[in-house]
Amino acid sequence: MTLAASNLTIERKDEFYLNNISFEMSPGKIYTIIGRTLSGKTTLLKTIAGLISQDSGKLTFNGNDFDIIPVWKRQVAMVYQQFINYPHLNVFENIAFPLKQRKLGKEEINDRVKQAIEQVGLVGFEGRKIQALSGGQQQRVALARSLVKNANILLLDEPLVNLDYKLREQLREEFKKIFSSKASEEAILIYTTTDPVEAMQLGGEVIVMDEGKILQQGSAKEIYENPITTKVAEITNDPAMNLFKGEIKGKKIKLNSKIELSLPKHFKDLTDGHYTFGIRASGITLAKSGFPFQIELAEISGSETFLHLGQGQVHVVGLLDAVKNFDIGETVSVIFDIEKLYAFGSDGILMSSPYSGTK
Amino acid sequence: MRIFYVTLKYTAVTLWSMFIIAPFLWALSTSFKDFNSVTGGATYIPWVDFEPTLEGWRVLLRSPAQGGVNIVEPYLNSIFVTCMASFVSIVLGTLAAYALSRFTFKAGFIKNDDITFFFISQRIMPPVVLAIPFFIMLGKLGLLDTLLGLVMVYVVLLMPIAVWIMVDFFNKVPIEIDETALIDGCNPYQAFFKVVLPNSIPGMVVAGLFCMIFGWTDFFFAFILTFTEVQLLPVAIVSLNSSITPWWSLSAAALVSVAPLVVVAFIVERYLSKGNLSGALK
Repeated sequence: MTLAASNLTIERKDEFYLNNISFEMSPGKIYTIIGRTLSGKTTLLKTIAGLISQDSGKLTFNGNDFDIIPVWKRQVAMVYQQFINYPHLNVFENIAFPLKQRKLGKEEINDRVKQAIEQVGLVGFEGRKIQALSGGQQQRVALARSLVKNANILLLDEPLVNLDYKLREQLREEFKKIFSSKASEEAILIYTTTDPVEAMQLGGEVIVMDEGKILQQGSAKEIYENPITTKVAEITNDPAMNLFKGEIKGKKIKLNSKIELSLPKHFKDLTDGHYTFGIRASGITLAKSGFPFQIELAEISGSETFLHLGQGQVHVVGLLDAVKNFDIGETVSVIFDIEKLYAFGSDGILMSSPYSGTK
Repeated sequence: MRIFYVTLKYTAVTLWSMFIIAPFLWALSTSFKDFNSVTGGATYIPWVDFEPTLEGWRVLLRSPAQGGVNIVEPYLNSIFVTCMASFVSIVLGTLAAYALSRFTFKAGFIKNDDITFFFISQRIMPPVVLAIPFFIMLGKLGLLDTLLGLVMVYVVLLMPIAVWIMVDFFNKVPIEIDETALIDGCNPYQAFFKVVLPNSIPGMVVAGLFCMIFGWTDFFFAFILTFTEVQLLPVAIVSLNSSITPWWSLSAAALVSVAPLVVVAFIVERYLSKGNLSGALK
């Protein structure tokens, strides 16, 4: 049971919504598509669901042409980022809706709906009107309706994005458990998100998309350790990976006239020349004997402080493992953890990473 | 300070209510007066200022031969024509509006917005411009002075209102509801009838109410397109007038003619005050 796409392309008014998308997905796995807004994630899900037809390319399921099957006959379920439910039906009726469409027996419908309600933690809410539920509960109803179908392909389009932080964290954990059991039931789960943390937490296979293209596909660990381009490095990190231009000369990395870094071991095979260097916020912090930077902005996030720092043309975001107030324009001493540096070529392709050395 | 605002609020509401209710009370009072009570200066309270009489109401039930205007038949005709025309307008208008909201039409330079405007443009023209074509067309079809002819004309006049309101309503209904229904196993027709339509009742009620108001209160076409066989209520009320304006029976007729709209407004009020779509998309 494989879902395969080859060269899926959708173009409207000279703009690519999907640009030569190819992939192969197997059951038992969670595929997390990460990309910025308008990167083509939703378009891809809707194409898989059959709600949008591609201009060219082919979609097959189990080797059979998927394009000729109308949406209502595809074994697909979908949860939207908005909490889409049927307002004229109560919770039970909402979840039972797809089963009634399939004309299943009353007993079977009751059993399966009850099971789905238990799975998403909505026991006792069966008779409630959708309008009487909170946002999180509404999204649980939508998820239950998608689970109850036992569809071969479950599409989840940023299902947590409209929830508040706490609820998002809670549901993410619950969803992960549900998805794990669902994935083991031989279903293909495709989850889209703009949140790198979410993508990494869900594990499974990560697909990075931008401007309708797949930039990279691999395990969460692989993408984290070796983002193949600067674009992937930006998309898959929050805050985005710091990228700055510099030069390797002799055994030094020169970022500007004031900042010179030692060459880390994993850069030893790089030849002298100009590169784009990358480092995550966690690789830049404050220390006594560092480079002078001005504070441009200080954001307290939980027990940490993100520091937006600038020196000449170099602007970076660093991380302080403490909560502290800073004045804007204040000069601080900053150090770079060179063992966490990435090097990208002038075309933005990864040349060297701290995890796998020079390519 | 709070007491001041509460007092101010209730005073404003009371004054506004009086402003709305006063004409009805005035008409009600006048309907129980006779010639002397109406022309003998301002009188307000029955049995105190004037002796109430049912004459104004009796005229509405007497035949013309008995010096009255029997409004029962015109009343039933108006109910039939308004209800039928509103019903057909809502059914056709809802289907047209759904298509205009969900599908893209393009014929040369004509697009969805243009088609919607064509519907609305029917209401832009002054009624007198439409009167002659309608008259000629109904004449050729043999439908002048018939209920069917009036229903057809009113459908033409009311459907733009239904389309206009329903296009706006459907544009606010997230398309993801339709898509979810398709994914859940509905074909496009089932998605419309099982999901979209039940959630469109508030919009249909609003459109229906507007159609009924416009249909019920029209005098011009009811007057132009009927002669002796069929008469609608607004025409019958006007025929009450004579050399001496019978304010008492005109007031009674005015109250009777307003009554159905008031009843309908009360029945559908709960649909007007709250949208049923909250919960579709939060």
